[in-house]
Amino acid sequence: MTEKIIIAGFGGQGVLSLGQFLAYSAMYENKEVTWLPSYGPEMRGGTANCSLVISDKAVASPLIETPDCLIALNKPSLDKFINNVKVGGTVIINSSIIKEKIERTDVNAIYLEANEIAQKAGSVKAANVVVLGAYVAASKLFPKESVKGTIAKIFKKKPNVIPMNLEAFELGYAAI
Amino acid sequence: MSERILMKGNEAIAEAAVRGGCRYFFGYPITPQNEIPEYMAKRLPEVGGAFIQAESEVAAINMVYGAAGAGGRAMTSSSSPGISLKQEGISYIAGAELPCVIVNMVRSGPGLGGIQPSQGDYFQSVKGGGHGDYRMLVYGPSSIQEAVNIIYKAFDKADEYRIPVMILGDGVLGQMMEPVALPDAIDVSALPKKEWATDGTKSGAERRIINSLYIEADVLEGMNNKFKALYEKLKAETAHETYLADDAEIILTAFGITARIAKSAVDLLREQCVKAGLIRPITLYPFPSDVYAKYAAKKNVKKFVTLELNLGQMVEDVRLAVNGKKPVEFYGRSGGNIMTPEEVVREILKRI
Amino acid sequence: MQQVFKKSSLLTDTPFHYCPGCTHGIAHRLTAEAIEELGGNQGVIGIAPVGCAVFAYNYFNCDIQQAAHGRAPAVATGIRRVCPDKIIFVYQGDGDLASIGMAETVHAAARGENITVIFINNAIYGMTGGQMAPTTLIGQKSTTSPAGRTAELQGSPIRVSEMLATLDGAAYIARVSLHDLKSVIAAKKAIKKAFDYQVAKKGFSMVEVLSTCPTNWGMSSEASMDYVKNEMTKVYPLGTFKEIGL
Repeated sequence: MTEKIIIAGFGGQGVLSLGQFLAYSAMYENKEVTWLPSYGPEMRGGTANCSLVISDKAVASPLIETPDCLIALNKPSLDKFINNVKVGGTVIINSSIIKEKIERTDVNAIYLEANEIAQKAGSVKAANVVVLGAYVAASKLFPKESVKGTIAKIFKKKPNVIPMNLEAFELGYAAI
Repeated sequence: MSERILMKGNEAIAEAAVRGGCRYFFGYPITPQNEIPEYMAKRLPEVGGAFIQAESEVAAINMVYGAAGAGGRAMTSSSSPGISLKQEGISYIAGAELPCVIVNMVRSGPGLGGIQPSQGDYFQSVKGGGHGDYRMLVYGPSSIQEAVNIIYKAFDKADEYRIPVMILGDGVLGQMMEPVALPDAIDVSALPKKEWATDGTKSGAERRIINSLYIEADVLEGMNNKFKALYEKLKAETAHETYLADDAEIILTAFGITARIAKSAVDLLREQCVKAGLIRPITLYPFPSDVYAKYAAKKNVKKFVTLELNLGQMVEDVRLAVNGKKPVEFYGRSGGNIMTPEEVVREILKRI
Repeated sequence: MQQVFKKSSLLTDTPFHYCPGCTHGIAHRLTAEAIEELGGNQGVIGIAPVGCAVFAYNYFNCDIQQAAHGRAPAVATGIRRVCPDKIIFVYQGDGDLASIGMAETVHAAARGENITVIFINNAIYGMTGGQMAPTTLIGQKSTTSPAGRTAELQGSPIRVSEMLATLDGAAYIARVSLHDLKSVIAAKKAIKKAFDYQVAKKGFSMVEVLSTCPTNWGMSSEASMDYVKNEMTKVYPLGTFKEIGL
């Protein structure tokens, strides 16, 4: 099993931390994982992306040309990566921000109103955790409870935000 | 070894350095290695060490010279343009037989270049980037865990040979996160005392001098020959990895992050029934020439293809090692671009 | 028989290689005596520069590191972190300290590094053969200002002591001369005081020592002393520029 994921969006949408949630989830499931961010002025200029490779064996290359899954949180990111997605791959689209449908029919497109769902959980800031829930449900890569444990671990120092993020995760999971 | 934690390469390297006994760090900000000095600024005071943000790379490497000369386990890190500025100091450190550790998270050049990953500093690192006839022990780790293991031992190697040790990484290695298991911290108080160090405890006939000036040609030649013997001895540190190389007809060779890409490419090529293999130098100096010579002599090996993120640097050492016995070709990307495994496969298929 | 004078134990028996009339030898002796007079047994580490004093490690009878050109204050900074309680002195000339090493000097002072710098200002590059220094006087001839330095062409001389005195990290900054017996005695007092500041861990201390270079100035020893007294002190007034109190 090797899963290659590209997560992309505006800076501030939690793109990098969504990737880290997945990276931690993979590690706690005893899988091998690499998380590679875009860095430098690019990240200050507005767009951010990260590449995740999750595997049962040592990850050879952390770079991704044809992702199995693209998580696009804004339109420029969708446009940039959509044509790279593997045939039969998955594209998770934050339809709160991206109003168009994709033209490709050879991928599994999931439209998710992540911002609205996050708002229901308590804050639009948790939109990335909504997407995490949706990804976990769609990919069936990790047990749901394990990822919830990861969320609790990551927010260990801010325990007051844990319930809201778990709620966001559940809502995202249920949306699939 | 502790349980695995997820760490950014730069931070893991910094923590492993501290656990390997590093107590003095002198640095200057430059992308993409800033997490190393930032980590050290927080971490070293916790273990009774010291961090200084120097006024320049030049000052930083000379602070390393001073601290190393006084017997401390000292380190600096930078990225390509900053490493260029340090070359004067590195030459002095080599000339004065001082141990230290230098990390170069290479970015693309020349000049200010870009901030994306590159391997364009290979020549500078393994051929002696500063003036005079010297070498460093140079490692090219290809994973965060390997970088951690190497830097943890790097201070011991530096002390053993009284030589600067360089970790040649790149932007990907520094910025990427991977699970790592960190080794236990060593007890620095148990380290052997450096009798040669100028720690102010001796005077008169017993006083120590840290120096690289030998004004008499014969005396300096004596030093040069001493270094030659040292670099000969250093060959014991040569390290490499091979992957599916034994029955390979085409041998890919690469170091650092490119070697991971090459490994993926080998797997993809094998899926297409192309007998590909990989030789990955772990030490870039000393270079594992014998391994190349061994494979070059094998009947099944048709050619070597060197993959680098530059215009072709390590390929020269591969050619020297292969010594004309088999063709040695090159494929590289530069400017901060990174080749993908699929791209490597396309290149290789064109060449068979 | 009563002994009235002896050479400082902080100097070796190696004869100085300096030219006749050069004041490096006096500056070495004053530095050694001042450290010796501190008493105690803290241990001493010196840093030798690049320039005429490059062989200082042959003369000072203590642990010494020889530094790259201009980098002695950075080297001293590194040593200080490893050896917090030793006496650390840096010995530098004007090209080393005020030209190629100006950044290291200013920042060591700004950090308040607890080190003592002996700054030999003889307004010329000695070892390389008489080139213009950042402290060369207006009108002074050198091999790279053959018509004499002009403010228009080469800029004006730098007054390092006055400049460093503006920094909060500087505890004690003084300029002295070695052109006659009286000035030598005053210089000794200033150097001793600089080390007192270091022992008290007050921060950066520096004594700028106006010195001669008869060989590259093309003067006799005596004329050199007069040049320091009559010309150099006009541009570089003697005195204490910073003294925060012990």
